[in-house]
Amino acid sequence: MPQVTLIEAVTQALAYEIRHDPSVIVLGEDVGVNGGVFRATAGLHALFGSDRILDTPLDETTIAGLAVGMAFQGMRPVAEAQFDGFIYPMIDHIACHATRMRNRTRGRVTCPMVLRAPWGGGIRAPEHHSEAPEAMFAHLPGLRVVIPSSPARAYGLLLAAIRDPDPVIFFEPKRIYRQYKEEVPDDGEALPLDVCFVIRDGSDITLVTWGAHVKETLEAADKLAAEGISAEVVDVATIKPLDFDTIHESVKKTGRCVIVHEAARTCGVGAEIAAQLAEKAMFDLVAPVGRVTGYDVPIPLFRLEMKYLPSTEKIVAAARNAMRYR
Amino acid sequence: MSTVAKFQIEYVQHLDPDGKPVGPLPTFAQDGKRLVDLYQRMSFLRVFDAKAVALQRTGKLGTYASCLGHEAAHVGIGAAMLPEDVFCPMYREYGVQFYRGVKPRDVLMYWGGDERGSDFDGPKHDLPWCVPIATQCLHAAGAALAFKLRKEPRVAVSVVGDGGSSKTDFYGAINSAGAYALPYVGVIVNNQWAISVPRSAQTGALTLAQKGIAGGIDCIQADGNDIIAVIAVMQAAIDKARAGKGGTVVELVTYRLSDHTTADDARRYREEDEVKSAWLLEPLLRLRRYLEAQKLWSEKQESDWKARCGEQVDAEVNAYLETKPQPVEAMFDFLFAELPHDLVEQRAQAIGWENR
Repeated sequence: MPQVTLIEAVTQALAYEIRHDPSVIVLGEDVGVNGGVFRATAGLHALFGSDRILDTPLDETTIAGLAVGMAFQGMRPVAEAQFDGFIYPMIDHIACHATRMRNRTRGRVTCPMVLRAPWGGGIRAPEHHSEAPEAMFAHLPGLRVVIPSSPARAYGLLLAAIRDPDPVIFFEPKRIYRQYKEEVPDDGEALPLDVCFVIRDGSDITLVTWGAHVKETLEAADKLAAEGISAEVVDVATIKPLDFDTIHESVKKTGRCVIVHEAARTCGVGAEIAAQLAEKAMFDLVAPVGRVTGYDVPIPLFRLEMKYLPSTEKIVAAARNAMRYR
Repeated sequence: MSTVAKFQIEYVQHLDPDGKPVGPLPTFAQDGKRLVDLYQRMSFLRVFDAKAVALQRTGKLGTYASCLGHEAAHVGIGAAMLPEDVFCPMYREYGVQFYRGVKPRDVLMYWGGDERGSDFDGPKHDLPWCVPIATQCLHAAGAALAFKLRKEPRVAVSVVGDGGSSKTDFYGAINSAGAYALPYVGVIVNNQWAISVPRSAQTGALTLAQKGIAGGIDCIQADGNDIIAVIAVMQAAIDKARAGKGGTVVELVTYRLSDHTTADDARRYREEDEVKSAWLLEPLLRLRRYLEAQKLWSEKQESDWKARCGEQVDAEVNAYLETKPQPVEAMFDFLFAELPHDLVEQRAQAIGWENR
């Protein structure tokens, strides 16, 4: 059974779907012969050729617009934004067209496309290479936003995203692209979208997170366990639509919740989770909901970026604070 | 110093504003019946357009974008396309769309605030009206890329205005068309005004057609008030694209005789004299003069046809006015292939408010 990293799982899923669905096309900057700046499409051009793996002119608006146009005509484009920070010019086509065409035409024209982008900070990159814009996309009606946090979930969720009949933004946590390997059978089995994954059982507090911060959150859960605090960890995975039921079930058991995300705090996805907890879980809570997030500033250049990002220590502190309430 | 590239832009006109041929007409224009059909379509469009404006003025339609003055450009584009081609409009190309089978009632539904207008009659692969300027150009280029990859002999055609040709999306489309040799025709219907901003303020370029040079594709300009010229250049561009020989930028020079939309008042920013002069160049008059000179059309035929157009348009207006609004849950039911769990509660709330 192959052991693969998260980014190798992405490549594996792309290859599987290109092989099995003739309408799937990969397009983006440097995705062809070069195999992508992070190597997400490594080897695909040699395997499938220029009709399936398309290098585009260097223009993000063009990539998004072409993908939308191809999807309208029945293809399944998987477009790549080279970095999260370069995705902003693409938003016009996502917000105005990809997300709306089915609704606008009462189902006549659809947009089954995936927009992939390396996502998040912590790799000592230049400016615009470390952004976490998931909340901006989650606010758009008509869109799915997915962030895997392990090789197996990257493989299964990317397959599901490509097969979905509607547009999906697929953010890949670049900090953990090569963090570890795990067994991911290349069997074409998709994982379900629209559900959270409980990745560690616990009874005292629920830690909710996604993407690269699953790593620090699990480390925090280990530390807390050493103090006799049992933390349950939920990987949200599909940011929108949010599977609040899974989070709620966990909070019913624990009575406490801390949300961890690296994006800026205000109007972050954590705010939506906290709002739903306030609406639907107030009487299940024994402690105020906590948030460990990035600050409301642009992610700093790399001399300071680790001080911006949530750390294991900050997560442990927030959990200890919640544990003061009985 | 040496010259590394040179270019020139050709201009095509077949009928002058008085309806006199400036040279031998193309073969298709020697078919009198075809010319009468084209005239009738333009004439119908004008009757429809006036009715739509009147409906807006009397509160029976929302904001409406008139196509007054664009009849030759729009009908001509429609005449040059095949049903399997893909048309990506902006928001006033009803003449193209009627040619392709879209019904006037669909247009009225759209501007009348009902999404079902965009689930129109006509080719199911055509895109609906596109409000964000020039974004449709890249969708057309994407469609053309799909045709090329699937080896289908189909062509994608988009329309933008003179203002739209300033947008990065327009440039992205012609640049992609050049980079991938796409079966794409990017039409600029240059009507001289982008709401209140004149053509001269959009760019320093002498023609808008020459923007195609930057994308490495052919470009041509034609008299957009002369339907014979429009069809000639569009047919050549579409045939070339279908034959796998790449894309073209076509600039059709015309004039927006109406306000930008019914929400606009063009008297605020342009001179009456300019509009008066433009009326002397308008497209229906010159084809009618030519047809009358050829004894292909008469005063009697004109009045009979106008009356028929009026009846047809009235029937379409009635069909629109008689259509009941959608149920409230329709705002949820077409967003995704299947309603996601997070919308179930909101949908139920909306229905709940309806049933109180």
